[in-house]
Amino acid sequence: MVSARDIAAQVKDPELPMLTIADLGILRTVREDGEHVTVEITPTYSGCPAMGAIRADVTRHLNAAGYRDVEVRTVLHPAWTTDWITADGRRTLAENGIAPPGPAPKRTPLQLGRRASAACPRCGSTDTVEVSHFGATACKALHRCRACAEPFELIKAI
Amino acid sequence: MNEHEINAYDAIMEQSDHTHWAFGTGFDDPLAGVDPSVPEGMDAAELAAYCLMLGDDALIYSHRLSEWCTNAPELEDEVALANIALDLLGQARLLLSRAAQARGEGDEDSLAYLRDAHEFRNVHLAELPRGDFAQEIARLLVFSIWRLALLERLTESADPVLAAIATKGVKELSYHRDYAAGWTVRLGDGTEFSHERMTAGLAAIWPYTAELFISNPVEQRIGVDPAQLRAEFDAVLAQVLEPATLTVPDVAPMARVANQAGRDGVHTEALSYLLAEMQSVARAYPGATW
Repeated sequence: MVSARDIAAQVKDPELPMLTIADLGILRTVREDGEHVTVEITPTYSGCPAMGAIRADVTRHLNAAGYRDVEVRTVLHPAWTTDWITADGRRTLAENGIAPPGPAPKRTPLQLGRRASAACPRCGSTDTVEVSHFGATACKALHRCRACAEPFELIKAI
Repeated sequence: MNEHEINAYDAIMEQSDHTHWAFGTGFDDPLAGVDPSVPEGMDAAELAAYCLMLGDDALIYSHRLSEWCTNAPELEDEVALANIALDLLGQARLLLSRAAQARGEGDEDSLAYLRDAHEFRNVHLAELPRGDFAQEIARLLVFSIWRLALLERLTESADPVLAAIATKGVKELSYHRDYAAGWTVRLGDGTEFSHERMTAGLAAIWPYTAELFISNPVEQRIGVDPAQLRAEFDAVLAQVLEPATLTVPDVAPMARVANQAGRDGVHTEALSYLLAEMQSVARAYPGATW
């Protein structure tokens, strides 16, 4: 039997389906206690609408693998940070045209004007610009590459 | 990884679980599995009252911001305002759930949908009807500078749940503040017309800023005393207004009713209209799921 940890770690994020919840740092702990499996997950953003789906997916995957008694708990502390996205996860993001985040800022001083951009995940150019702090999901910002003229998304460092 | 798994739509369409449907049904407790106990020495009723204040600020302002969907000047700003509304809705869900835990009854839905206006504890700034885009930017700037300063201090709360909610909120609010600050500078230091509109927008919401810093006894006892936020608020606002070529409006604060306002359940008439819309489906079809 594959371990409960390995099963849970393979669950995909519904909004970034190229990443597993382990890659994303959402999966905190998996404990097997006899028949009972306790999985701890952590939300990325307060309003992330995917948490319910992730909880259901984890339970469904574990049930399918033979783990019948599954409890999925939410852990709020410490707060999720993009620093927890694994090296594999960052590489997969870039391969899928999404720029991985830089280091998370420690403090939150006022920042006027555009935030620093990142290397274009398509052509690698650093001649890029932020179009909007906000994107199609809570975790992404919209950027544009001036070299290849393509828009791209970037995971916001938080 | 097989092809099926990387197609987002296939994953959503899987037949095995209805919670995939548009995330619109089967919302579960955002505090599922979080220790619900109230710290020793903390009054549960006061903790509930305090969570309602901060939760209602977020819920009501989230609703106002979501009214910009299909009404913002550009698609990027529509996306931005909807994202900010979503963050605040998330904060509201956590805070109302914590309030329900501390009360020992009800849940986020009963608190959001089944209370009347006089039971809401949000500040008036959150409930004001939507003005033009410049006025919304002014409100978002004031609201997010103030709430960020508040939540930064709340990360030290004796209640670990409240502290964790605040820690997450700080990260989100810094983006909200920077978005509003960017637009304030762009409009204030833009054309003569945009400067005029930004000046008018700031003046329109300014009478409601005084309320943000008036302490309520509950806030003083178990939360962050808002009176202590004024200096930081003024300093950050000045950093934005200076490059925006704007000044703090010279308009009087809105009068209070028997020295009461939003934190006491005394609201402007705008809140009742907002709630009538927000609560209509939940009240017409109690317990409905879809």
